Amino acid sequence: MKRAFLACAVIGFTNGFVGAFILLRRLALLTDALSHSLLPGIVIGILLFGLSPLSLFAGALMSALFVAVGGQVIARSSRIKDETAIGVLYTFAFALGITLHKASHIQKPLEDYLFGNILGTSNDDLWICLAIGIITVPVLTLLQRPILLSLFEPDVARTQGVNPYLMQILLMVSIVFSMIASLQAAGVVLAVGLMIGPAAIVYLYTDSYQRLLWGSAIVGLVGSVGGLYISYWTSVPPGACIVLLISGAFLASLVLSPRYGWIRSLLHKKHLHEESLARWQSTAPHTEKKAEHDSKPPQT
Amino acid sequence: MNTSSHNCIDHHLQIKNLTVSYNRVPAVHHLSVQIDCGACVAVIGPNGAGKTTLLKAVARLLPFETGEINFHSHAGHDHSSVFAYLPQREKVDWDFPLTVRGLAELGRYSQLGWRKPFTARDEEKVTEALHTMGLCDLADRQIKALSGGQQQRAFLARALAQEAHVFLLDEPFTGLDVTSQVALGRTIKSLAEKGNLVMAAHHDLDNVHKFYSHILFINGELIDYGPVAKVHTPENIKRTYNTPVFSGPHPSHPHHHHDVS
Repeated sequence: MKRAFLACAVIGFTNGFVGAFILLRRLALLTDALSHSLLPGIVIGILLFGLSPLSLFAGALMSALFVAVGGQVIARSSRIKDETAIGVLYTFAFALGITLHKASHIQKPLEDYLFGNILGTSNDDLWICLAIGIITVPVLTLLQRPILLSLFEPDVARTQGVNPYLMQILLMVSIVFSMIASLQAAGVVLAVGLMIGPAAIVYLYTDSYQRLLWGSAIVGLVGSVGGLYISYWTSVPPGACIVLLISGAFLASLVLSPRYGWIRSLLHKKHLHEESLARWQSTAPHTEKKAEHDSKPPQT
Repeated sequence: MNTSSHNCIDHHLQIKNLTVSYNRVPAVHHLSVQIDCGACVAVIGPNGAGKTTLLKAVARLLPFETGEINFHSHAGHDHSSVFAYLPQREKVDWDFPLTVRGLAELGRYSQLGWRKPFTARDEEKVTEALHTMGLCDLADRQIKALSGGQQQRAFLARALAQEAHVFLLDEPFTGLDVTSQVALGRTIKSLAEKGNLVMAAHHDLDNVHKFYSHILFINGELIDYGPVAKVHTPENIKRTYNTPVFSGPHPSHPHHHHDVS
């Protein structure tokens, strides 16, 4: 039990932290696709190399790459757009994973992979989670300046000597890493809720990048441990409890947040600058200018 | 800025034979021009004439097919800090968790890279930039909570914090009311007067003389460049807006790079 709480704390913290980047890069749906596609990779990894941390990671990375790269390849080589391609690929991978799991007689039940099994955390699992946290959080912290630049304006970042593609790859690898950690707690289906939820909450409260990162990590930690605690007393599965708690807190924040909540925007009249915004949008024909931009240049 | 206030007269931006293409179709071709620092240049041309392309090429945001762009100054400036590109307002993610001060701090990256610590001197540069742009009171505002003119000034503050010499602005006056336009016009003019080079894509021929000292007429190729009073002529306007945009090889318009095959 102690192990489960400890694992929850580490997973919640790491995932919350990484989740902030997912939110800023707008990768939530891709992350969901990736987490579903981990399933076949993990099963194949176990089949090929047995149940070890390395095989889990190799398999998961492989199938995440399959979906992410495959989506890009299809998008560039056909008329299919990338989100369509990824939608097809990840459900394909997910279905393949279910089939493989059935066929392979792996002892761990499918449910554990789908929804997590934090109570069954072994010492090895705990070490994996710790290692992932110890690698991803400091690396992302160390490189947060170039990452911030390439998240905000990839083009401008390039002129300042940042390689946005490299940063993107680094982020994707960190996401896959922490997704593997969160499998234990929430499984492939619920993992995204655990990752993106805390960041979504903090995003409603702060305008500071630093606070978003660390706040998400702390909210992730508190949410995960709290969820596990509730699950302990109510016998609702822990994965579901954690995600319910975090997404419940998100919905509450959406209404109540003193900065960006619904109540505030209803109670407080629009700010002066917003009025001026509305004014120059009506005086300067913004939409017309846009239309001009799109039209062909004048030719005679 | 302080470094540039004296003997900056012979600082200049030299563009030689510049061609930039998208999918082999040149948007700007064989453009050569020399622009001295201290100028406030309006880049004027019809839509699709390559205004943004030219600015982005100067900022090294786009690779160019032929030609070179050099910035000559006495101090051996690092390229990444000389040029500051200010994107069109609609291209920016205004919901990003970033305050005005945070945005200006981003400008220090060219000097600091990913690991040098943010020192008191950097802090000072940022504050000075905010002060110059009159944004000290708004420093802790999130970037969306600003008016259009303030948003432009916030990006200018970042460019100042970067210690940029060449300010490349994409349609900075678009969507601003008249008061903000005048204020912004004064701001960029004073930047130029301090010895910086300001280049801005602009499309309003009626107010160009108010905000700029020079005009660069472009329509795929360079039409003319010079002080507003000298080049703001009916012929130049006619030539800029009436020449069809170059969009591929044409038998009556041979170009040497087509002869290669």
